[in-house]
Amino acid sequence: MKSLLTISGSPHVHADESVRKIMFTVLYAMIPAMLVSLYFFGLDAVRLLLLSVAACVAIEYLIQKYLIKGDLTINDGSAIVTGVLLAFNVPANLPWWIIIIGAIVAIGIAKMAFGGIGKNPFNPALVARVFLLMSFPVQMTTWPVPQPNFPLTDVITGATPLGILKELNGKMPAPEALQQIMGDAPDYINYLIGFQGGSLGEMSAIALLLGAVYMFFRRVITWHIPVAYLVSAIGFAAIMWLIDPSQYVNPLFHLVTGGLMLGIFFMATDMVSSPMSARGQIVYGVGCGVITMVIRFWGGYPEGVSFAILIMNAFAPLINNAFKPVRFGKVVAVKS
Amino acid sequence: MGLKTFVMGGVHPPEQKISAAEAILTLPLPKTITVPVSQHLGSPAAVLVKRGDLVKTGQLLAKATGFISANIHSPATGKVAKIDVVMDQSGYKRTSVIIETTDDEWMEDIDTSSDLLREVTLSKKEIIDRIHNMGVVGLGGATFPVYVKMMVPEGKKAELLLINGVECEPYLTSDHRLMIERSDELMVGITILMRALVVEKAIIGIENNKPDAIEKLSALCQKYPGISVQALKVKYPQGGEKQLIKAVTGREVPSGKLPIEVGCVVDNVGTAVALYEAVQKNKPLIERIVTITGKAAKRPGNYLVRMGTPIRALIEAAGGLPENLGKVVGGGPMMGKALMDVEAPIVKGSSGVLLMTDEEAHRVAVRNCIRCARCTTVCPMGLEPYLLAQLVTHENWDKAEDNRIMDCIECGSCHYTCPSGRPLLDYIRLGKTKVGTIIRTRGKK
Repeated sequence: MKSLLTISGSPHVHADESVRKIMFTVLYAMIPAMLVSLYFFGLDAVRLLLLSVAACVAIEYLIQKYLIKGDLTINDGSAIVTGVLLAFNVPANLPWWIIIIGAIVAIGIAKMAFGGIGKNPFNPALVARVFLLMSFPVQMTTWPVPQPNFPLTDVITGATPLGILKELNGKMPAPEALQQIMGDAPDYINYLIGFQGGSLGEMSAIALLLGAVYMFFRRVITWHIPVAYLVSAIGFAAIMWLIDPSQYVNPLFHLVTGGLMLGIFFMATDMVSSPMSARGQIVYGVGCGVITMVIRFWGGYPEGVSFAILIMNAFAPLINNAFKPVRFGKVVAVKS
Repeated sequence: MGLKTFVMGGVHPPEQKISAAEAILTLPLPKTITVPVSQHLGSPAAVLVKRGDLVKTGQLLAKATGFISANIHSPATGKVAKIDVVMDQSGYKRTSVIIETTDDEWMEDIDTSSDLLREVTLSKKEIIDRIHNMGVVGLGGATFPVYVKMMVPEGKKAELLLINGVECEPYLTSDHRLMIERSDELMVGITILMRALVVEKAIIGIENNKPDAIEKLSALCQKYPGISVQALKVKYPQGGEKQLIKAVTGREVPSGKLPIEVGCVVDNVGTAVALYEAVQKNKPLIERIVTITGKAAKRPGNYLVRMGTPIRALIEAAGGLPENLGKVVGGGPMMGKALMDVEAPIVKGSSGVLLMTDEEAHRVAVRNCIRCARCTTVCPMGLEPYLLAQLVTHENWDKAEDNRIMDCIECGSCHYTCPSGRPLLDYIRLGKTKVGTIIRTRGKK
């Protein structure tokens, strides 16, 4: 008998892993935050999420089909993840055409122009967010006030806690500003759950944390980046607060407000644009944390998470070069 | 006793030890056997017989040439039909002695009884000579001549003997069965190794998916002073000698160095039994235990097989060639080699034959690297497989060497775990060949 045998190099078995599985794990991890956004923004959230995802997938499809004329990769789920993340990063009442522009920037410019999945140096959703923030500053910072019970009409808009803080900072001491933002008895728990103004996905720190725990146990993220980011950001805020409590607010405030949690768990941990080695990831996380707080304290924008992560994205290749994994057998083989 | 394991990297593929409960059977001798003269690492042995010669089982067929080489003995009785170049498991054609077999007639000086000889009477030098003469090589897969390992270089000292009973490859169970069924011979073999190396202590490392082997050998340890068993957590590639040393002793063999650098010598359990037979029974290495297994195998099992037996004979014993056969692997699924032809002979390094179905035989589609860093996380040597693969495609050999491409033990964990199905190890192997050549030419200048 002479049947044709398959020949290939070892290994001959493969782990039950694929890009698609990873992307869908990330999607499942975002479900709690999506539910929270539905609770607070109702149909607006549905509209925004569907539109953003549809636009991202459609744009990737069109570019692959008509411009690149290559293999279609939309079924790997990465465009859906980008779509959800983009929606998470904008106000719930954003006009529909701005979202489409965002999707074009995210998928067309930040991802496909570099060669598609895996090749993008920057996080696509963040590139789009920052692009929109600079191009449409009014629409991008007009936040609907979260109103549970499915508000269908009469959306009230307001500023985010971080926005108000930026506004008040310098005019009055920090404790007073904090009092004006959060009331007489600061209720961090409420903020943690999500009763604050902000982008669609950054409402509830708890929901985001839940998703992060899921991703951690499904081994889609490791602890290095989130822990380094969180500890350095809060640590930095705490140091400034201890130095001058009249000028800097309680670090707890920074923890529960703005896009910090979304950034830490879903943006900074993006595989493609973050470093590879454990040590490199810690350096990267610390960089993100410090830059975020520098922008929050002294920058022109109230929020610094997007900029911080994009800046550190740019450093990821350098970090990869500088921080190699710990090698087995420490002695370096000598070149003779 | 706590479980130990190595720290860095590693994966845990499905264990699939489907033949673990099958007792070792003796495979009948086929009509024709093909004995390659190169069944070991190092230079091929020089053929001593010619066409038409009658040979006995255990007679020397080919003599070792050079320091790293091994004698080849006749695995059967019969007539030398011809000496030819025949394709072996590696796919290369190599000089082989083809023997038409008749009834088994062993050389007179070989003790073929099954009596256990516990008393070791030979001196260190006699043991080493005997092992050299009997053509014993490492049976774990690398087939390094064992006598070389026993001559500890000047200035180094062996203090610990590690016996590798890890068998971390999925599917394979030959070492497992050997530990259960040849326990006493194994223990005497270890005693011989300890005497030759002048070490007081030997530790057998076994993964805890083989509780029966751990139990049996642990109980036997009381009869054999200096030997103990260390249970290990199941993790691939724990059977790699650097990983085993790390797991058991916590010591790290420096890059590019041998285990003796940290005072250790590692030998496989099969090697220890072969050593027992060589030293106590004067029996050369002419047969070994081979697992025949896989999803396509009709009757997975473990067989005692004479060297030179075509793999086809083993497959037939295990129920025949399956219709849905897609791939035949010599060895385990992680490090084994896909075979071109089932006529290739079983040799000293064959620990198993894996039959894979057509569905399993093909690789998953290759997609872009998403820089998930899993290859880096699972690499047991702390390398960056994604980077090495990239450097190899760019033919940047210098940088590949700087990033320690030569440290790669080719365990395949990177390719196994890659969600994009990238053939990382293919690239790295290519790079190692190139960089290895560059390093050797540099040495000559």
